[in-house]
Amino acid sequence: MTVLDSKIPEGPLAEKWSKHKATIKVVSPANKRKLDIIVVGTGLAGGSAAASLAEMGYNVKAFCYQDSGRRAHSIAAQGGINAAKNYQNDNDSIYRLFYDTIKGGDYRAREANVYRLAEVSGDIIDQCVAQGVPFAREYGGTLANRSFGGVLVSRTFYARGQTGQQLLLGAYSAMNRQIAKGTIKLYDRHEMLDIVKIDGKARGIIARDLVSGEVKRFGAHAVVIATGGYGNVFFLSTNAMGCNGGAAWQAYKNGAHFANPCFVQIHPTCIPVHGDQQSKLTLMSESLRNDGRVWVPKKKEDAVKLQKGEIGPNDIKDEDRDFYLERRYPSYGNLVPRDVASRAAKERCDAGFGVNNTGKAVFLDFKYAIDRLGEDTIRNRYGNLFQMYEKITDVNPYNEPMQIYPAIHYSMGGTWVDYNLMTSVPGLYAIGEANFSDHGANRLGASALMQGLADGYFVLPYTIGDYLANEIQVPRIDTNAKEFVAAEKSVSDRLHRLYDVKGDLSVDHFHKELGKIMWEYVGMARNEEGLKIAIKEIKALRKEFYKHVRIPGDFDAMNAELEKAGRVADFLELGELMAHDALDRNESCGGHYREESVTEEGEAKRDDDKFLYVSAWEYKGEDQDPELCKEELKYENIKLTQRSYK
Amino acid sequence: MSGFMTSSIGKKVVMSISGLFLICFLLVHLTLNLFLIFDDSGDLFNMGAHFMATNPAIKIMEPVLALGFIVHMIWAAVLTLQNMKARPISYKVSRQSGNCSWASRNMFILGGTVLIFLVLHIFNFYWKIKVSGSPLLAEVSVGGVEMENTYNLVSTLFKSSIVYSLLYMVGAIFLGLHLTHGFWSAFQSIGFSNDLWRKRLTVVAYFFAIVIGAGFSIIPLYFMIKF
Amino acid sequence: MADKILKELTLRVWRQKDAKSKGHFETYKVHNISQGSSFLEMLDILNEQLISENKEPVYFDHDCREGICGMCSLFINGRAHGPDKEVTTCQLHMRKFHEGETITIEPWRTGAFPVIKDLTVDRDAYEKIQQAGGYVSVNTGGVPDGNAIPIGTDDAEEAMDAAACIGCGACAATCKNGSAMLFVAAKVSQFAKLPQGKVEASRRAKAMVAKMDELGFGNCTNTGACEAECPKSISIQHIARMNREYLCAKLKD
Repeated sequence: MTVLDSKIPEGPLAEKWSKHKATIKVVSPANKRKLDIIVVGTGLAGGSAAASLAEMGYNVKAFCYQDSGRRAHSIAAQGGINAAKNYQNDNDSIYRLFYDTIKGGDYRAREANVYRLAEVSGDIIDQCVAQGVPFAREYGGTLANRSFGGVLVSRTFYARGQTGQQLLLGAYSAMNRQIAKGTIKLYDRHEMLDIVKIDGKARGIIARDLVSGEVKRFGAHAVVIATGGYGNVFFLSTNAMGCNGGAAWQAYKNGAHFANPCFVQIHPTCIPVHGDQQSKLTLMSESLRNDGRVWVPKKKEDAVKLQKGEIGPNDIKDEDRDFYLERRYPSYGNLVPRDVASRAAKERCDAGFGVNNTGKAVFLDFKYAIDRLGEDTIRNRYGNLFQMYEKITDVNPYNEPMQIYPAIHYSMGGTWVDYNLMTSVPGLYAIGEANFSDHGANRLGASALMQGLADGYFVLPYTIGDYLANEIQVPRIDTNAKEFVAAEKSVSDRLHRLYDVKGDLSVDHFHKELGKIMWEYVGMARNEEGLKIAIKEIKALRKEFYKHVRIPGDFDAMNAELEKAGRVADFLELGELMAHDALDRNESCGGHYREESVTEEGEAKRDDDKFLYVSAWEYKGEDQDPELCKEELKYENIKLTQRSYK
Repeated sequence: MSGFMTSSIGKKVVMSISGLFLICFLLVHLTLNLFLIFDDSGDLFNMGAHFMATNPAIKIMEPVLALGFIVHMIWAAVLTLQNMKARPISYKVSRQSGNCSWASRNMFILGGTVLIFLVLHIFNFYWKIKVSGSPLLAEVSVGGVEMENTYNLVSTLFKSSIVYSLLYMVGAIFLGLHLTHGFWSAFQSIGFSNDLWRKRLTVVAYFFAIVIGAGFSIIPLYFMIKF
Repeated sequence: MADKILKELTLRVWRQKDAKSKGHFETYKVHNISQGSSFLEMLDILNEQLISENKEPVYFDHDCREGICGMCSLFINGRAHGPDKEVTTCQLHMRKFHEGETITIEPWRTGAFPVIKDLTVDRDAYEKIQQAGGYVSVNTGGVPDGNAIPIGTDDAEEAMDAAACIGCGACAATCKNGSAMLFVAAKVSQFAKLPQGKVEASRRAKAMVAKMDELGFGNCTNTGACEAECPKSISIQHIARMNREYLCAKLKD
């Protein structure tokens, strides 16, 4: 078993990062010009990293599968970005943000990483303001804050409901400046399909030009993957259609460990699936639960009538409504954390109390808030969300309760990295959602943006220098090297293997099947039996896939089906790894809920004695079971406690 | 200012300034023309016309006005040609009625119609007064000053030909339509607009367009009905 | 609230093999479309159908499917992003269409956005405009505290109005002149409203306008169609501001 060295610096928690920065190596400006870095992905993490590295003097090659760097899915983040600025004088501090993040992550994140994240959080806000990000302001001209779930202070900075968009456009504009200067070369409509290693070090990638269909080689002294999460393994998620686990998966197959793959976040307030034609799910901000009451009918017959469309929600009297969150969690009520709210909704729907035609929805009712506060107040608070809901569902939420259902939203798990954000492959880095990161088993609201930008602006640009300082003698990477030739051939072979099946079923068919298995057995509630079934069924589905998939169109041309097939092929393996990981972790923590590990009241039960570690999986070859490596988690500053919301 | 006149915004500023200049001219012209209907003896109008013909300031402005017209037309033609080139393949189905006014989409056509009317106008009046002369212009004496009987030339045309009168009215209406967009647009192009002023300017634009359109139409109508 | 089903729709779709080939319209029928489906989900169904017939599916750009990434770009029945207001194609729903309707689907048609394949166009021109000056020249690190630059709420809100642009290209696609003014103005105006961007406002306005002109977009004639079709309702008052910025910048030259 490989020993994983997390390279966490010695010393007191608060001094680790500054001491580390002071001791790591630095590359001289003259040498930076000679070094190439590949950054895959142009979201918050990739965009900010590419821009910062190019500003420092490195030559950067940036890649994205979209037609522009501005379209990465970071753009869809609504709520805000956390930072320990203490602008509201509510006694916020770096330590408090650190503590909230660790606790929110259900004690499965690395202390040192999270502390560093909290430390640089303030710089992110300053940086974004300087770039011209139009954050919300108070009348006096200072920055405004809002509150988010799970914390006691107001530390979330926001730009209306489009914070992700504005932060991404900030990073994108910084990239544009470097593109104009020639220090970044952006390859849009390019998808990374493999990593090239020379002498054990990452030295480049193989990417497919999605317009010409050409498979190309790109060399560099270091490779950074910033390709986001793998939520689309479930087919239906709040991720963008193109989001995929491909880059992380190729890293895994090239020797990088994949950490905590079973930790995915399920967001409780999404617009439910409307039918078989659904392609993706839309999130409604968590803030709605501040004023909405969640309920399903008490009587089964009412639920059946709702499902058949014979009655509407307003036909059900108050006494016949089951406000199940308030019933089960009297102290937190509708404001329990995301994972708890999601599981409770699933439990009611599984019991047959779902309220729409598919039986997979619960009500989020604003009637009571409107009665109490008036429609105008509610309109001021949530007007834009209500409008969006009405556009999608054609139901006016002022008159009729919203229907919501949980959906896959974020991947806490990802490529394993050390304190320097380097994976187990030297020279290969993973940042943002793509790494297994700082969120443990559950991410707090408004922390994803913070982590992506922290990695890209303030962590990676320093830590990568420590590695590259030893590479200054290495000349520009020759992409004619035999390793590149071999990698290119293997990519072509892989694509041909898919293309040449010439079967009878579409890629989406398999993706949907995989999604069903994942949602059923590796979704919100998992158990040993189900997970074993999942592994078996995924293996079988994978076999079917390679027998029956049909990819029309030309091989050497723009071919969306071929692109999708490659991604689904990766998902068909990744899904299995998730099941393995979920099977191994026989405890309930954060987003991972094992039915075998519950309290007497049926709540999630963490098992710190057995599972206080990061599960880092090592690839052992096709159709071989992966090997589990453990990184022990040491809590030196925080005392572990069991979460309760009763 | 290098490259200003060839930049897209520069070209629009030229359209805007020349347009605003022509708008001023229209106001003066309309004021003078309305003299036609306030004094059936024609003295008032003749005096006005005589003033315009003899005042040195107006004489200086005359070529400037012509230049204003020419610049406005040439730039419009250049812009339109370039704009057509910007979309080499057009849409099979295009429903622009849902997103902008008819006048705003057809400014070149409206302008072209106004141009035809302008040529006719110059031929009927300006040419005869300034160059070829006409028996209808036989001198009259107003307040002891000898001057051409411009009133006679104008009123005779409208009295004698319904076709011309109608044509003039149509021309005035097209001009008015041109102005519903042109007036506001001129301010937008030089940056004198925002969401608040846009509402005000559009109201003023419609008011102005109606004044110009109705004002110029009322004259042939007056002669058609009264005589 | 089970959605109604549209039994049959006729689709007239632009098909074009690649950038060099000549394109043409193809007619397809789709059946049993739920009105609760989005327009792109309807196209997904068409594509499933085409794949099952072993034909090449229709290519169209799309990604987030929640109206923010700006990738989707269809001209539907003569309107950019179709017949609904303030939506992108991905948020347009089939309840805006009726039984038996014929729907014409075209790519953005603007010289500066050449078609790559079918309904997919190349919007690189917008990238080049942004690269010409759509940024504040500031490096990572060494910046003042966020609160050191006070900005009034009205200015911040107005900057945000402009910054909401998703870069989808509907403005240039819908403009009868193929003008990109709204897109460019949104960026110029956002920065012109903020003290951070003020410093290089003149340089930015000149550089971005020059690049826009160079790329073959048409000239704005203030029809306001861009604003009406903009999925984010970006006002043409930003165009007025850019005109002002540009004019002042040029006067100083």
